[in-house]
Amino acid sequence: MLNDDPLANVLYIDLSKRSYRVAQRQDLFEKYVGGAGVAVQLLEEECPQGCDPYGPHNPIIFAVGPLTGLFPLASKTVAMFKSPHTGNLGESHCGGRSAVALRMAGYGAIVINGTSDIPVYVAIHDGRVHFRDASVLWGMGSRFTVGRIIRENEPGSGLRTIMRIGRAGEQLVSYASVTTETYRHFGRLGLGAVFGCKKLKAVQISGKRSLPVADQKQYRTTYDEIYKTAVSSSAMKKYHDLGTPQNVLPLNDLGALPTRNLKEVRFEGVSNVSGETLAEQFLGRRLACSHCPVACIHVAALREPYEDEPYFYKTSMISYDYEPIYALATMLGVSDNRGFLELMDEVETVGVDAMSTGVILAWATEAMERGLISEKETLDLELSWGNHRAYVEAVRRIVSQPNDFYRALARGVKHAADQYGGADFALSFGGNEMPGYHTGPGAHVGALIGARHGHLDNAGYSLDQKAAATELPTPEKLVAALMAEEEWRQVLSSLVVCFFARGIYTQEIVSETLRSAGFELSKEDMEKIGMMIHRNKYRFKIREGFSLDDVRLPKRIFETESPIGMLDKAYFQDALSHFKNMLLASES
Amino acid sequence: MRLAVVDTERCVGCQQSMFACVRRQGEAGLAKTCIAVRSVGGTERGFVVIVCRACDDPPCAKVCPTEALVSRKGGGVRLDSEKCIGCGHCQGACPIGAIFWDEETNKPMICVHCGYCAKYCPHTVLELEREEAEHVER
Repeated sequence: MLNDDPLANVLYIDLSKRSYRVAQRQDLFEKYVGGAGVAVQLLEEECPQGCDPYGPHNPIIFAVGPLTGLFPLASKTVAMFKSPHTGNLGESHCGGRSAVALRMAGYGAIVINGTSDIPVYVAIHDGRVHFRDASVLWGMGSRFTVGRIIRENEPGSGLRTIMRIGRAGEQLVSYASVTTETYRHFGRLGLGAVFGCKKLKAVQISGKRSLPVADQKQYRTTYDEIYKTAVSSSAMKKYHDLGTPQNVLPLNDLGALPTRNLKEVRFEGVSNVSGETLAEQFLGRRLACSHCPVACIHVAALREPYEDEPYFYKTSMISYDYEPIYALATMLGVSDNRGFLELMDEVETVGVDAMSTGVILAWATEAMERGLISEKETLDLELSWGNHRAYVEAVRRIVSQPNDFYRALARGVKHAADQYGGADFALSFGGNEMPGYHTGPGAHVGALIGARHGHLDNAGYSLDQKAAATELPTPEKLVAALMAEEEWRQVLSSLVVCFFARGIYTQEIVSETLRSAGFELSKEDMEKIGMMIHRNKYRFKIREGFSLDDVRLPKRIFETESPIGMLDKAYFQDALSHFKNMLLASES
Repeated sequence: MRLAVVDTERCVGCQQSMFACVRRQGEAGLAKTCIAVRSVGGTERGFVVIVCRACDDPPCAKVCPTEALVSRKGGGVRLDSEKCIGCGHCQGACPIGAIFWDEETNKPMICVHCGYCAKYCPHTVLELEREEAEHVER
């Protein structure tokens, strides 16, 4: 890396002592580039073995990479922590302005340790860390107000990120999210609850600086190459036009769109919640992350009347994506698109992960249908398919937790099923609620073996779609393909390149961009780094008690037909044992 | 020629223009940007684009005590860096906040209307207007 690159600065913040220091960690960035690679190393250093995810010693780590601020689409911040949701590796990525702001503030990574005794927010600018009293912000209902107050009190307009939690994070819901720039999230695995137990309401970061590049001329040539592809390729155009919801109809046609807790894979109300319909009826604005020309963020304008007064309306701006549509519409049988948007808005207001929330409510609905729970548990709430009003209220109760049932829902579907039964249709993998793909074994094996148990780990759904057109690979080949993809994604997420741009950032382009940042990495070097980071994550997981022998497959995935037919349990067992062997082989 | 902000409602807040301005000056990062894109007050309400609008009779030049800011043909100003003492009066005189500050040199940074940023605006928020210059000359 370049000598004068501020990327090497790691900012360590201690909330207990209200102190901070900066350390030069070229060692980490030179070896692991940045992002996920550096973050998992810092997690290994900072997180004591067996530490309580809700305790003061669970660190929060944010990391960006050398391309951030230099090239378009290197726009993600990687967060690592011990997940309160799974009790193991927590990793979540977020865009907005977070990555550019962190880089412009002059850091490559931030580590937050300790716990504050009173609610605080932390403002990082001009080389200083300011600890601000957030007592007034704690418990605030509106998701817009907290952002507005911090915006008004801190400098850096246009050059900052404001990462904040809602009531769910304060109430330690294990899948609480952290929101930045109103519409982007560290969504999965409960970073919001880690903020909450540290009494950390928000982190504001801003800055403006010059960055070194190795060769200006080459830098501009490479930049133009990437920019041109980003604005002209059809792959990026689809993210711009309809955004991720463009996948709703194709997945439904394929018979892979989980519906009513995956009892079905096609939704009769799908046309109401498709990307096309939502755009036609509601799309009010498109937004981009900082330094990304694509603008995939789609925001609906929902006009709702106040019921107590005629001709009195409010207009809410609500962002939507494929995964929330799956989780909060099709999984819950909600075909009323206004109802879906209202539920989405509530999820954003309290600050919970949309995917986990939808899967949990889908389980609860089926559990009620089967009589495992009744109005006694739900406190007179009728959770039934399509009843979006009941779901909105249920989300509020997951946060307020008025009884044991809602306290159980606040800890995830696995925990709830352990208490109330219905594990066969509790759709979680490694403790994390399932993503929106019943495309075939690739999606589910991928979620099972993925380090984060999410769909972005290794994109198994994409392998399934290829298999549906040709033939199912052997379990060994499937696992090899999933691992190769996951290892390459370690490189991308260490550069913090958005996965949507994975088609643009080929190995050749990655090499070129890294040259501008003073890194010389060959194809082989990158492959080695990708594998190393993946194994580092697994080593952390195993250190914290993860075992492939304990992983559980919900029976439901074998009961509902996928596009490539009914899934075979033996195939899964085979795939898992191949994965184990491959991990062991590489360790030795 | 001058840079025009055509329609901020089309702005998605990607800030490509800011990065472009800096690259044009042979740098990287954001320290030297002469254009700013920020939200109106939360991204849900959209964005404002702050850049010199090439006034025909620029107030910034009028308050410069050393005549370091010279009116530019076609509107706006040109900075004569050697004359500038970095007093910052120009910043105070610009009601739209389009005078940025170079912390390194302690002197103002003002858009020179080269139009480079407009080439990187993917959604036609910015445009380099050529006709306007002719109009001024007439």
